[in-house]
Amino acid sequence: MVRRPSGRSRFEGAIKAILFAAAVVSILTTLAIVFSLLRETIAFLGDVGLADYLFGTKWSPQFAGDQQSFGVLPLIWGTLYLTGIGLLVAIPIGILSGVYLSEFAPRAVRKVVKPVLELLAGVPTIVFGYFALTFFTPEVLRNALGLGVNQFNALSAGLILGILVVPTIATLVEDSMSAVPQSLREGSAGLGANQVQTAIRVVFPAALSGVVAALVLGASRAIGETVIILIAGGQQPRLSVNPYESYQSMAAFIASTSRGDIPTGSIEYETIFVVGMTLFLLTLALNIMSIRLVRKYRQVYE
Amino acid sequence: MAARAARQTVIPKSTGSDRAFSAFFHALMYGAIGISMLALLTLLYDVARDGVPSISWNFITSFPSRIIPESSGIQSALYGTLFLMVVCATIVVPLGIATAIYLEEYADRTRWWNRLVEVNIQNLAAVPSVVYGILGLAFIVRGPISLGRTVLAGGITLALLVLPVVIIVAREAIRAVPPSIREGSLALGATQWQTIWKQVLPGSIAGIATGVILALSRAIGETAPLLVIGAAVNPRFNPDGLGSAFTALPIQIFAWTQDPNREFVDLAAATIVVMMVLLLLMNSLAIFLRNRYEQKW
Repeated sequence: MVRRPSGRSRFEGAIKAILFAAAVVSILTTLAIVFSLLRETIAFLGDVGLADYLFGTKWSPQFAGDQQSFGVLPLIWGTLYLTGIGLLVAIPIGILSGVYLSEFAPRAVRKVVKPVLELLAGVPTIVFGYFALTFFTPEVLRNALGLGVNQFNALSAGLILGILVVPTIATLVEDSMSAVPQSLREGSAGLGANQVQTAIRVVFPAALSGVVAALVLGASRAIGETVIILIAGGQQPRLSVNPYESYQSMAAFIASTSRGDIPTGSIEYETIFVVGMTLFLLTLALNIMSIRLVRKYRQVYE
Repeated sequence: MAARAARQTVIPKSTGSDRAFSAFFHALMYGAIGISMLALLTLLYDVARDGVPSISWNFITSFPSRIIPESSGIQSALYGTLFLMVVCATIVVPLGIATAIYLEEYADRTRWWNRLVEVNIQNLAAVPSVVYGILGLAFIVRGPISLGRTVLAGGITLALLVLPVVIIVAREAIRAVPPSIREGSLALGATQWQTIWKQVLPGSIAGIATGVILALSRAIGETAPLLVIGAAVNPRFNPDGLGSAFTALPIQIFAWTQDPNREFVDLAAATIVVMMVLLLLMNSLAIFLRNRYEQKW
């Protein structure tokens, strides 16, 4: 017996279609990002050439004539260098905080520490930038530690970038360690290990892929961060290892070059997109990596 | 072989060095937590020290001046942020909730397109905000949509940026409604949509509202995308509609931070204080909603 669709089931079908259409918006967003990046990137590479862009060691798109150069290495280096300084801070602090929250913290301490981390995660990044420029550089690095840093320098921007990433890493490390079954801890304790030995030798290795995913996500967050570096790290593309100097990252270049009045189709306009594409691909690779890691680790314990 | 393994797993006595390492490791963990807390406290102290003296009713209600710090204010930035939030919320609330309902209640996970939507949202959540600025510039301000450097373009850009946050939190809230509620409703003859509208949504609304507020408080503080799409700097006017030029609190903070005159830099701190108070109010509202309306099953 074939039933004709009633008005009620047609209504249900329409609802489902509308909801699906909303879900498609996120796909369209990705397509729009890729399309807008790709179009200008192709135009740019037609003008400059991929090899000159990827392997060139001088980035000076704002100059004219012979001085103009489009080698992206200084920007990539600046991004990785600042991220590296940040991770030097964020990895130990983030992991230790996550381990503490998951394995050791008494309930009363958790009630204080968790909101502090949430608050830290909720502070807009421009506030961190202000803090790095007006407090950390002059009062901590220069006055208290006596370092001869420039007003804009990689050390200040990188360290504060690290503090920004701490909550991301700490929360994810805590989550992945809390997901380790209690029986492993009990087994370890039964064999005579103390709490610290259990945490380091049993729980931490069991949660390792989650921890690595946390670090990858933290790195991706640092790589994409814009305003801290723009405000406190300076705007000087540089291939160097001196942390007292000013550097420019890919994200900071994009934000400092694009101010809305840049003419469409000019080579400067195109540089925003080609650098944006580079940044997008780099963070995309890291994100895919972290999603894979999390999936792998979920399979073990569910 | 087995005997050797057994001998190695005999419970060792806790040695002095074990205890010393344990104490050392605890010290490291306290140090790590301490640094985060110290950083937050110093940051709040620094901003308050620089900013609070400049805050007055005059500061809230004046337009920014390029020359005189004393008569400069943030009226246009406050209005700009308000307009942006209204546009952003209007877009992100229906879109985010609809997507979350689709993924939780309708999507068949064995279909590739549904998995694609899910992975795509995870990826979008981690795309750097400055890239959304590029999208806004190339697609919304210029290009296919061509809205110009307007409040509407800024609000749409921010909405796309925080959409993944709303979807992810709303999905968790919907998932927390136990299946027995849905089964009971369906067994009484309700259709799937009636079940969602009358049972699942009321049961998850507190969580969804919390997610929306968290997403909006992220949108308020975003600087990079608005810089890229070209928000106005120091405008002496409020937006008068969706097609108007605009500035926002973070843009005003950024502009004053770049000023060589230290008094303007202090105004940046004052603006930060205002923005943080706003964020604190929104977060308190989120906590209140969560405690007051959250369903316990």
